[in-house]
Amino acid sequence: MSLTKITAKVVSQEKLATDIYSLIIEAPTIAADAKAGQFVSLYSKDGSTLLPRPISLCEIKKSDGTIRLVYRVVGKGTKEFSMLNNGDEIDVLGPLGNGFDQKTSRAILIGGGIGIPPMLELAKELQCEKSIVLGFRDATFLLEDMNSTDGEVYIASEDGKTGVMGTVIDAIKEYGVKGDVIYACGPTPMLKAIKEYANENNIEAQLSLEEKMACGIGACLACVCKSKEVDDHSHVKNKRICKDGPVFDANDIEF
Amino acid sequence: MSTNDSLDKQRINNCRSTDIDFAGMSVDIAGVKFKNPVTVASGTFGSGAEYGDFVDLNKLGAVTTKGVANIPWAGNPTPRIAETYGGMMNAVGLQNPGIDVFCDRDIPFLQEYDTNIIVNVCGKSEADYVEVVERLADEKVDLLEINVSCPNVKEGGIAFGQDPKALESITKAVKAKAKQPIIMKLSPNVTDITVMAKAAEAGGADALSLINTLTGMKIDINRRQFYVANKTGGVSGPAIKPIAVRMVYQVANAVKLPIIGMGGIMNYEDAIEFMMAGATVVSVGTANFHNPYVTLEIIEGMKRFMNEKGINDINEIIGCVK
Repeated sequence: MSLTKITAKVVSQEKLATDIYSLIIEAPTIAADAKAGQFVSLYSKDGSTLLPRPISLCEIKKSDGTIRLVYRVVGKGTKEFSMLNNGDEIDVLGPLGNGFDQKTSRAILIGGGIGIPPMLELAKELQCEKSIVLGFRDATFLLEDMNSTDGEVYIASEDGKTGVMGTVIDAIKEYGVKGDVIYACGPTPMLKAIKEYANENNIEAQLSLEEKMACGIGACLACVCKSKEVDDHSHVKNKRICKDGPVFDANDIEF
Repeated sequence: MSTNDSLDKQRINNCRSTDIDFAGMSVDIAGVKFKNPVTVASGTFGSGAEYGDFVDLNKLGAVTTKGVANIPWAGNPTPRIAETYGGMMNAVGLQNPGIDVFCDRDIPFLQEYDTNIIVNVCGKSEADYVEVVERLADEKVDLLEINVSCPNVKEGGIAFGQDPKALESITKAVKAKAKQPIIMKLSPNVTDITVMAKAAEAGGADALSLINTLTGMKIDINRRQFYVANKTGGVSGPAIKPIAVRMVYQVANAVKLPIIGMGGIMNYEDAIEFMMAGATVVSVGTANFHNPYVTLEIIEGMKRFMNEKGINDINEIIGCVK
């Protein structure tokens, strides 16, 4: 199966919180193939902004042929995406990356900040008992969607306004969240802490990593991470986050 | 299942091809015939495997591979790239699997296609370059591009590309062992690129390619940090195109060697511009990241331009602007 860059039509766009937007686009070929933990590349129309933006899949509606992308505005490219209205067009390539390896044993889904969106699709796809632990800096988003899944939702926030004051690990300890497999996406310090927590408790952890990308398809070698084993591509210890990941077993990568 | 069937049809064989006639588009570099003058810039296209999902590699004039050294190189720490206005900055640092894996995996892959193979060769010492060139002697590849201009590695690379004596010497050394024609890839990070072009010519180079990236820097003012871990990176993309066109023109008028021109080519107009400045072949680099189909679109656009302007042979326009 090979990939096609398509021009997708915007179905809707909504602002969820400060700088956080939810974009639904018509992309039947992508929706048909995609699974939780994969991402798409979105392309800017502005000629001064050439590199695609990798955005994780928040929801995949195969029956409607649509995908939902929840992203944070951090620069020129995402600013441009946030201005898109119903009926506008945007170039998109995907689905990219490997996605989560879904197990059937008790799951703990952990999302931090803009790593939260992929946990929604994962919560919907995973057919097992699950807890969802979300870490916010301040304002919350996607809470209603998370609560509508069959997972138990636990929250941590840096300002303590929602849930436990502190990190997702603090919330796991505070609420006594238990599971056999962790699936996580979020900032690197959070993923590092989760790897330690998983190893201390002897449970499997799948971490979705982030890095600056250029091609998004494994050719340019910009977005590598340090791996425990020699990689297949360059035979050094550098795995390509866009192609070999973005999801890795915590013990296969080194921070 | 009718919906799924139609989706499957869209998904299968959706690598894009073209049925345009390449008549009048063929060019020659050091006796190697190119069906059309378009290749890709080393490092932006891997060895073609990933982009082969998007474009029919048979339709490219050549595939230029990512730099390969005598042994595997791990490259630089991340972040390795940053976007810049109208371009990008990279400091990947020539991560590559080494010549053995390259010969076992990448060359056989490319030989399945009807396109020229240009192997980009990197090294840390003259002996490294010579080792790779010797190892390639019996391989079915068409041209070797010697990367003496990578700004992102501490040893070798650009050290050879900024000193005319060192450049002439390494050109002689690889030329003495090479079975394929040698292209020396020049750096723009010099005071006068024609001095370097003449040094490569004196060393026996068969062709030149230019320009490699321009050394740049970008600082995150909020975190008070460099954007790329290497502090500096090579700037590419349309922002550097006027510099590249100027250098191609200067070199074309300073030496007799054929030139592979590159630096910010985004569309067929840019490609034609480089050829009019003096390039025989053009390489598309950063544009692949923006549009994985861009190489084919450029070839098709060049053909349309030829038809519209009544150009029967693309060679007519090479260096036509004096």
